[in-house]
Amino acid sequence: MIAPRIEMETGPDLGPRTAVGPTLQPTLMELSRPGRGGGKIPHPPADALDGIPAEHRRAMPAALPELNEPEVIRHFVNLSHLNYSIDAGFYPLGSCTMKFNPKINEWLARLFGFAKLHPLAPDAVAQGSLELLWDLEQWLCEISGMTAVTLQPAAGAHGELTGILMVRAYHEARGDHDRREVIVPDSSHGTNPATASMAGFTTITVPSDARGGVDLDALRAALSPRTAAVMLTNPSTLGLFEDRIVELLDAVHAAGALAYMDGANLNAVLGKFRPGAAGFDVMHFNVHKTFSTPHGGGGPGAGPVGVGEQLLPYLPSPRVLRDADGTFRLETPGERPTSIGRVRAYQGSTGVLVRAYAYVCSHGGSGLVEVSEDAVLAANYLKSRVAEAYEIPFDRPCKHEFVASARQIKATTGVRTLDIAKRLIDKGYHPPTIYFPLIVDECLLIEPTETESVETLDAFATALVEIATEARDDPELVTTAPHSAPVRRLDEATAARQPDLRWRPMTGAETPCPQ
Amino acid sequence: MPYGPHTGDDRAHMLRALGLETIEPLFADIPAAVRAAGLDLPEPEPELQLAARLERMAARNRVDLASFLGAGVYRHFLPPAVDQIISRGEFYTAYTPYQPEISQGTLQTIYEFQSLVAELTGLDVVSASHYDGAAATAEAALMAIRATRRERVLASRAIHRHYLETTQTYFQPAGLQLEELPTLDDGTTDLAALERALADGPPTAAVLAGQPNAFGILEPMAEIGRLAHAAGALFVAVVEPISLTVLAPPGAYGADIAAGEGQPLGIAPQYGGPYLGILATTEALIRQIPGRLVGRTTDLDGRRAFVMTLRAREQDIRREKAASNICTNQALCALAATVYMATLGPHGLRDVAAGGAAHARQLERALAAAGAPRVHDGAYLNEFAVAVPDAARVHAALLDRGVLAGLPLARWYPDDASLRDALLVCATEVTTSDEIERFGEALAAELGTGAGLVEAVR
Amino acid sequence: MEVRDDLRYSDDHEWLRVDGDVGIVGVTAYAADQLGDIVFVELPATGTALGAHQAFGVVESVKAVSDLLSPVAGEVIEVNAALADRPELVNGDPYGDGWMIRLRLADGESGGALMDADAYRELTRAG
Repeated sequence: MIAPRIEMETGPDLGPRTAVGPTLQPTLMELSRPGRGGGKIPHPPADALDGIPAEHRRAMPAALPELNEPEVIRHFVNLSHLNYSIDAGFYPLGSCTMKFNPKINEWLARLFGFAKLHPLAPDAVAQGSLELLWDLEQWLCEISGMTAVTLQPAAGAHGELTGILMVRAYHEARGDHDRREVIVPDSSHGTNPATASMAGFTTITVPSDARGGVDLDALRAALSPRTAAVMLTNPSTLGLFEDRIVELLDAVHAAGALAYMDGANLNAVLGKFRPGAAGFDVMHFNVHKTFSTPHGGGGPGAGPVGVGEQLLPYLPSPRVLRDADGTFRLETPGERPTSIGRVRAYQGSTGVLVRAYAYVCSHGGSGLVEVSEDAVLAANYLKSRVAEAYEIPFDRPCKHEFVASARQIKATTGVRTLDIAKRLIDKGYHPPTIYFPLIVDECLLIEPTETESVETLDAFATALVEIATEARDDPELVTTAPHSAPVRRLDEATAARQPDLRWRPMTGAETPCPQ
Repeated sequence: MPYGPHTGDDRAHMLRALGLETIEPLFADIPAAVRAAGLDLPEPEPELQLAARLERMAARNRVDLASFLGAGVYRHFLPPAVDQIISRGEFYTAYTPYQPEISQGTLQTIYEFQSLVAELTGLDVVSASHYDGAAATAEAALMAIRATRRERVLASRAIHRHYLETTQTYFQPAGLQLEELPTLDDGTTDLAALERALADGPPTAAVLAGQPNAFGILEPMAEIGRLAHAAGALFVAVVEPISLTVLAPPGAYGADIAAGEGQPLGIAPQYGGPYLGILATTEALIRQIPGRLVGRTTDLDGRRAFVMTLRAREQDIRREKAASNICTNQALCALAATVYMATLGPHGLRDVAAGGAAHARQLERALAAAGAPRVHDGAYLNEFAVAVPDAARVHAALLDRGVLAGLPLARWYPDDASLRDALLVCATEVTTSDEIERFGEALAAELGTGAGLVEAVR
Repeated sequence: MEVRDDLRYSDDHEWLRVDGDVGIVGVTAYAADQLGDIVFVELPATGTALGAHQAFGVVESVKAVSDLLSPVAGEVIEVNAALADRPELVNGDPYGDGWMIRLRLADGESGGALMDADAYRELTRAG
């Protein structure tokens, strides 16, 4: 719950949530006072840099801020109060899976043995991490039904690129050089077409049908000997399972193309649907969604990629290998010439993967199945409550998230989805994803996850229904929201027309620092 | 399930509200032919056991060695303030700041990160972060290709091997050309070869060079930049951020783009990441830079505030025409770097850089005395290569003596006879005289040398 | 939304004003409104030869991006340089100061295949 700016909000029995409401903060640069700070690092001898020729030396010292540690801590703690977070409240951001991030995972990732290990440490001194990576690969194979997994990609989009580069290598190796197109549905994540372009493919977009699935006829029409891959998100970005998945995959394979699964929504079908077993040839996981590694204000995540047998030769290097004596090692450079090569430095964002590993362990196979069941149950329950006041465009069970639309509210009151989202902030919630997927007007994409209680779901539904009422009775209250956040709506047009992307010393004409 | 809230009653209540008796109908849309029957994974492991087991597993990694391994990832003192701040749930359990009204904390810290890195690099436009130094380098090369509409990039071979290999992977599908430039005996890039390459062949989009380079040697960056610009190419500097407190910033020697690995700024090695890709450029190239940018603006009441800006470059809006597919970035690592820089301040950061340089000179003397002289005679900051007979064997033997003797360069340059028996070693402000002594003595013992060691170290 | 009687319109929401063998091109008030606050306009180099329906640039708003398509064939003889610093002119005066390019019309090109104002009004009303 966001604490209001000045006055405390008090619940019936909670009392003040915080002693001081959040206020805007000066920047580090404004807080700087020459001469503050120091005492952390011994001063090196005065001649330490004498070996560096003058032409390589910095002429003017960098104008970095000078602060003492207490001031640094207060600055960032006060800034933190300006953020909404999962730890503070309900964050039903569709497609992003904002579930609770278990605290022990943070502690485990910081164990010295994991945290301090250099990425180029010889295999002999890295057996703990190598074993962890190996185990996690095997478990992701079981979860996905894929033959092998690479843990290297740093994010989902990075995994997509890795996967699509393997698709490309596969077709090239077969002499199938004309396959230059990637097909995506119109409901796809923007990363899918952007990935296709980065990998040198042309994107073909196919429409969705009235039930929210991929239009099978349109897909068949788009498939051709030029098709390299079809990228599908299943469950889709509408939160719907592609119930014609068998026919879809048959059509893709009949055309000689490969099927890529965007695993952003895998959290809905753990133990219920294994993409590799169903016929997908390659997929990525978002461990920061399915396996609860923190989102960190935008990252880091990790985007492991699973492949079927036919793409094995192309996995990026280095792979983690287990030798006959049970020891683990990284592939040596050049050991597998068919590889697409490196997609990053070193072998993966191991610090993130430790957290994902811990999440799989603490849940076990049975717990992961429950994760999906509870996420799907919560989404369907919430959908039934939200349906009291919002249009639900697809009338069938959803998976872990659902789309609602405010187009009727907009038509009758002029209040837009954006306004409803902003008004939710006043009610203490992070807004859902809005205006995505692109194919539903005025949409809200709502994902409750499995870690939210019935009470939270009910209260959120009540808030959404209240806003629909407010839109009718007092539309200005909604269109001018938020009213209780640290700032009101921002001038994004000026930000883009005259970009101010870095601090410059005050000239007198600047906006003064907030008091 | 360990973190779920639902009691049996809760589930029954929700099912009842849906008119269901079991969960099964909610999964009935998964065709039987592809329906899975659970997962064959270990049983749930209570936190107590998980913690104990992973402590044992972590202990199997040996992080007690006297380590001289750098090669792009460096040991530094991590002020506890960094971890305290990035462990705040308000930061690490927030999403990308798409709702600026309730994300000013994240947004302002990114703006501060951009500002501090702009100071370090001397370049005004700084991306909110990329995956790592390799991805940032590849993106820098692709930026140059878009900006110049040319398809060939020349890169010093003395750039981190993984960065070049990653760039090659990114280049390959579009048929872009990445050519490596040779180095001279002093470890710097061969400028004559650069001039020839620029004069011959197709027009060049960019020239890439590292400062310090992959051998730890300082390159004649201004000269490389001059040659690149004379040929109409952009100049990309691959940099290490701590060094920028004492070395000339890319903006000062005419670099158009700087790319680098931000791990040294308060991020633990973690066996490979998550790290922090730094990408910075000039205002002239602002529309070519991929990744998120945060800008300063005002709210409806005129209060200063921050917001993600120039969003239309990104994949969620521009889709197949986006400059890059990047979505998730390394925001929390950028926060760590910001807290680190704020905590140490300009003088502390300079002490980190200079302390590493001082220890590296001590190391140079100790290794030379033990029979391992430097390979290149160019100037260096805190990392350099030494010639060690039978380097691979000696490297392995030193491990048994508790010393991680850097990186055998043959792993990165298998075809280069001059580097077959070379170890790339580094020192930082945390390297101790004891560790240096231990390395020197162990090396001398392996090589059968040993005279004059103690004097060299002291 | 204003639709001017003296202009021709494409179904991609560009307008064309014909003046002898020169055509002036911009985006309609309807398009500017749909895009929202325009923050950047990318225009071609003069001398660029364009075919009908060929992309000549890009217009970006805070949250959307759209290709600009030439309604007719011709050669670019001038671009509106003012838009580089003041892209908001497209929102404020789409048919005037917010113009984008001047074309030397290709032989026989007069915009006759484009919609007139009434047809365009009909299109945007339906949309």
